[in-house]
Amino acid sequence: MANKEEKSSEGFSTTGHEWDGIEEWNNPLPKWWLYVFYATVIWAIGYWIVYPAWPTVTSYTKGYLGYSQRAQLNNDIAAAKKQTAVFSDKIDQADFETIQADPELLSFALAGGQAAFGDNCASCHGRGAQGFVGYPNLRDDAWIWGGSIEGIQQTILHGIRSDDPQARQSMMPAFGELGMLDRQQVSDTAEYVMSLSGNEQDAEAAARGQEIYATNCAACHGPDGAGNQALGAPTLSDELWLYGGDKDTLIETITYSRAGVMPAFSERLDPATIKKLAIYVHSLGGGQ
Amino acid sequence: MANVELGGGGVSPSDEGTQLYADRVKVYPKEAHGRFRTIKWIVMAVTLGIYYLLPWVRWDRGPYLPDQAVLLDLPARRFYFFFLEIWPQEFYYVTGLLVLASLVLFLVTAVAGRVWCGYTCPQTVWTDLMVAVERFWQGDRNARLRLDKHPWALETVWKKGATHLTWLAIAVATGGAWVFYFADAPTLTKELVTFSAPATAYLFIGLFTLSTYVLGGIAREQVCIYMCPWPRIQGAMFDSDSLLVSYRDWRGEPRGPHKAGQTWEGRGDCIDCNQCVAVCPTGIDIRDGGQLECIQCALCIDACDAIMDKVGRPSGLIAYDTVRNLEAGAPNAEPLRLLRPRVLLYAGLIVLVSIIMVVALMMRPVLQVNVIHDRNPLFVKLSDGGVRNGYEVKILNKQYVPRAFKLGVTGLPDATVKLVGYDSGVVPVPPDQLRGVKLHVALDKEGVRALPDQATQFQFVVTDIATGETMEHNATFQGPPKSEAK
Repeated sequence: MANKEEKSSEGFSTTGHEWDGIEEWNNPLPKWWLYVFYATVIWAIGYWIVYPAWPTVTSYTKGYLGYSQRAQLNNDIAAAKKQTAVFSDKIDQADFETIQADPELLSFALAGGQAAFGDNCASCHGRGAQGFVGYPNLRDDAWIWGGSIEGIQQTILHGIRSDDPQARQSMMPAFGELGMLDRQQVSDTAEYVMSLSGNEQDAEAAARGQEIYATNCAACHGPDGAGNQALGAPTLSDELWLYGGDKDTLIETITYSRAGVMPAFSERLDPATIKKLAIYVHSLGGGQ
Repeated sequence: MANVELGGGGVSPSDEGTQLYADRVKVYPKEAHGRFRTIKWIVMAVTLGIYYLLPWVRWDRGPYLPDQAVLLDLPARRFYFFFLEIWPQEFYYVTGLLVLASLVLFLVTAVAGRVWCGYTCPQTVWTDLMVAVERFWQGDRNARLRLDKHPWALETVWKKGATHLTWLAIAVATGGAWVFYFADAPTLTKELVTFSAPATAYLFIGLFTLSTYVLGGIAREQVCIYMCPWPRIQGAMFDSDSLLVSYRDWRGEPRGPHKAGQTWEGRGDCIDCNQCVAVCPTGIDIRDGGQLECIQCALCIDACDAIMDKVGRPSGLIAYDTVRNLEAGAPNAEPLRLLRPRVLLYAGLIVLVSIIMVVALMMRPVLQVNVIHDRNPLFVKLSDGGVRNGYEVKILNKQYVPRAFKLGVTGLPDATVKLVGYDSGVVPVPPDQLRGVKLHVALDKEGVRALPDQATQFQFVVTDIATGETMEHNATFQGPPKSEAK
């Protein structure tokens, strides 16, 4: 790099910089570009005054408008709530029958329910409410605690085996673990339970298990395995299993018991949202 | 275009070599009088009339739908054009209209050059209007030139002020008319004057006020020359048989001033009076030949014809003519060839697209059904061993009256159908609306076992209760893999 005179060989003014014969011309910036640049500088100063801009040791400059994204979000949420209030208020006050009879209200409830389901329920019950092992499928027609719309609402409000005093509570003894039944008895009982839905593998063992079932299980699950929704005792005679209907799984269930937990949502969600959720879950096909 | 040959940076290596942009040479179009000016006034009146008044035209669509003839109802997602109604999924129809419009543009350009640019382009029409306003307040070309040369005085202030105020008023009216295409015009007018209209309305009025004022009043010919792509596409549209506004140099040259009584022998008809340049809205000289800047408004023809009349020479020194004739050096050297391949091609395409669009319009169904199968999960096993599938059936009622429908299935024996809501089994669909219904179709264990395959085709049948009109839609019933079924 060498400093040369301020004119290039072609007569253009240069910056005086030259690298291996390549000169840097000193063309002025286009006027419009320059003015836009100055304008942005002025804009930036105005921006510092109006908006939060500079960090200080413990805080930051708040700006004349006191703008914050969090406040903006809260405003937006409040505005959205206000907009939907027409429907939300109706849902709050109307009973389930009224809501289901009104197509507009119903579609609002279903849409709101679906959104709330995605936020609160899908992590366990699945995005499509199809359930997983241990997490009930909400679309089928087998209900442990009742599939009426009020029953669903009750479950969502207070949960199952949750901390809520009104939670749905049931406790199956861990027959094997507690030594109430020995291994052979547990196995025989499992055979009998399988026979209730016509799936037994060993008729003799099932026959042995019948007596054990009558003594230990029938009180809750019913003599024919029909279950009891008031007690939260699942039906054992149908084709649907929460944990599995094969022998190994049944032995595990009888030996160690099962006690899935669903949280209570009464303090997490407002009543209207829970109502919408109940309507949505009820609409998925299994509602009774 | 002399500076083009500099190439590269385009910077002149002079001492004053810091000038990167040419300043605009302001154009002061003089008023022309004649045939084409009259046509342009009429076109302006018609096009502006359509633009400002069309939203106020009413069109009866029954009690449930808006009665505005042309309405782009964005919130409701419906476009109305007189007898046409377009739902969002029918937007291809608008595409068809645009294709048709561009084909017509091609055809006209191939036959008679930039008719669109010269007569009907909004930029031309509004610029023409703005120039007329300027002329009204400040006088014709010479008066305006004088006003601009003169140092600022009270006269300058009020004349210019009045001009700009009128421009702004026109711009506001233009922006104001624009928003009427998107909402019921009488209602919106009331809202606008009581300041209760949506902010979007004021925003768009502002936007179009600004663009009309800037593009029509201030930028004018610069929009055509620097911003618009159309002049660049022209070259591909013209051929040597297109009728273009042209200076007949074989007749005009050699040009020169002419005094009354002098002979016309040995010289051209052009008396170099510059009237063609004075009236030109883009400030060019048509005698330089066809050029990108020429919007072919034909005002130079009017100006030249008037002069030719005065000096006693035949009119048509500047005229619509073909390159072929210009080269031959005679007005009708060759018969006008209208039936050229490109003209026939464009015309054929226009006919084809029109037929397709008319057929599409006549076959437009007023009842449509869509079925969406629940995908998550595909099917639900039931406690009795049966299987249930979920669907959303969407019924599109494109009639302007409310209708009620019943839903059923065929091709799936013994299936039970249950609607979510609609306990009566009747689904009402409001006029010109879509309604989606969630429903479940279930088969018991026997029914599932009887299915030939894991996935079974069947049909939803939607029946209009009042008319008995039915519509079928295919759907699939999913079950567990056949190997799993017992």
